[in-house]
Amino acid sequence: MAYSDKVLDHYEHPRNVGSLDKNDKDVGTGVVGAPECGDVMKLQIKVSDDGVIEDAKFKTFGCGSAIASSSLATEWVKGKTVDEALEIRNTDIVNELSLPPVKIHCSVLAEDAIRAALNDYRSKNDDAPADQGAEQGDAAAAHETVEPESKA
Amino acid sequence: MTPDMSNKIIYLDNNATSPLDPRVLDAMMPFLTEKYGNAASRSHQYGWDADEAVQKAREQVAALLGASPKEIIFTSGATESDNLAVKGAVEMLADKGRHVITCATEHKAIIDTCKYLESKGVADITFLAPDKFGRVSAKQVEEAIRDDTILITLMAANNEIGSLHPIAEIGKLAREKGIWFHSDATQAVGKVPFDVNEMQVDMVSLSAHKIYGPKGVGALYVRRRSPRVRLTPTMHGGGHERGMRSGTLNVPGIVGLGEACQLCKDEFESEAARELVLRNRLEEKITSELDHVELNGDPEFRLPGTVNLSFAYVEGESLIMGVPEVAVSSGSACTSASLEPSYVLRALGVGDELAHSSIRFSIGRFTTEDDVDRAAETIIKTVKRLREMSPLYEMVQEGIDLSSVQWGAEH
Repeated sequence: MAYSDKVLDHYEHPRNVGSLDKNDKDVGTGVVGAPECGDVMKLQIKVSDDGVIEDAKFKTFGCGSAIASSSLATEWVKGKTVDEALEIRNTDIVNELSLPPVKIHCSVLAEDAIRAALNDYRSKNDDAPADQGAEQGDAAAAHETVEPESKA
Repeated sequence: MTPDMSNKIIYLDNNATSPLDPRVLDAMMPFLTEKYGNAASRSHQYGWDADEAVQKAREQVAALLGASPKEIIFTSGATESDNLAVKGAVEMLADKGRHVITCATEHKAIIDTCKYLESKGVADITFLAPDKFGRVSAKQVEEAIRDDTILITLMAANNEIGSLHPIAEIGKLAREKGIWFHSDATQAVGKVPFDVNEMQVDMVSLSAHKIYGPKGVGALYVRRRSPRVRLTPTMHGGGHERGMRSGTLNVPGIVGLGEACQLCKDEFESEAARELVLRNRLEEKITSELDHVELNGDPEFRLPGTVNLSFAYVEGESLIMGVPEVAVSSGSACTSASLEPSYVLRALGVGDELAHSSIRFSIGRFTTEDDVDRAAETIIKTVKRLREMSPLYEMVQEGIDLSSVQWGAEH
């Protein structure tokens, strides 16, 4: 198995390994995959008051490409808003890490992990699409009462 | 974290293939250089020399198995021997029956051949399920026998987990029932005692490159008396090897196989004991430092040099990636071309998750104590590091029962 240098780099120096407090309102947690499949990724984001992902952590059970994909995902989501992070595509990960066809599914799982974390965050904060900037037609917007920053 | 690659890689994958013993190479060299005759050339010295060398090799192979040289057929390897044994028997005995009994953990050379014959409609195959240690019992075999059973084929030792079937017991049963019994002994010869009469086997496959011989050559033992086994050949073209396997003999390879067998016979007792000590050392070092490690296979009835371990909560390919200075293999889906986890581990019922976390270590003739110590150290270090990165390990530390979790497998 020939790994790209970037995959090896992420494997040997993974970014953002760890955990955030999943009970924290500002934290979104996504767990995807299954042990029987040989791939489980946990990705967490912490969103600041102004809607920007200020921290991200991951833990992965999976091959080197899976670890690299999820490590890269945490790197990429940092500094983005929730909506911007939703735009990350698995194909971006494939290109960045030069994943061979047989490892593409690792990047798909990483994309799923990002989405799961974002969705979890949203469901915990669904009364506040308080991001400045575009919302994506979020249903919550229709029922928004006028409130100051709703995140404690 | 990048290891020092100036040291040679520690090779612990001897069940995949083994290095050529220098003594085997020495024996082969004349036949790769000046003694290049075709063993079938009866009219000159070149041919006679080649034929003499082949004859000697035949005796060496036979001696390892407790057989007669006349019962040894040379092939291109165990895969071919397996094909010849199964296809040859099924076709030869077509008037007598069509049922074959084998096991779900056999090598693909047996499984795929059986499935092929099944798909052609010329055989019915029973794939016995092993117990959780990878063994089948004589009783299981007996219960599977039908009136039209013509062949039982069971490997002597499993390549992935090292488990040993009770061949002698099954041989006795097969003999009583008058059913031909073939055993793929590729992983067993030279590692555990294997005498064709003690085992009461009628055909045996073996391969040179698993016993420190060259790749591309193997043999099939074919019993000549009680019962007299005759096989329809898979290779036609000249009638070599008593009509059972045509084709110019691979003289250098055969000489190498012979020498490899000789060395096995001479050194097997001390070698097996040495490997056992090293294997136990490796296992003890690892299990004393790491928890949540499972042995795959039978703790007692297994090859002396094989240990297949599952490191829970850590995936096999990522573990191998972290130990580039050690050569091992894994039952993880990520390491297979088909993205399927090991079918052998699956057949044991260990659960796919443990298959994905499995590593096979196979110690060999050239493995040293230092190799074992260094390998253990680096494995332990890497497992610990990967567990720190593992969401499963984290959940277990938190007291969560993983079997109760609803996994959302999104792909």
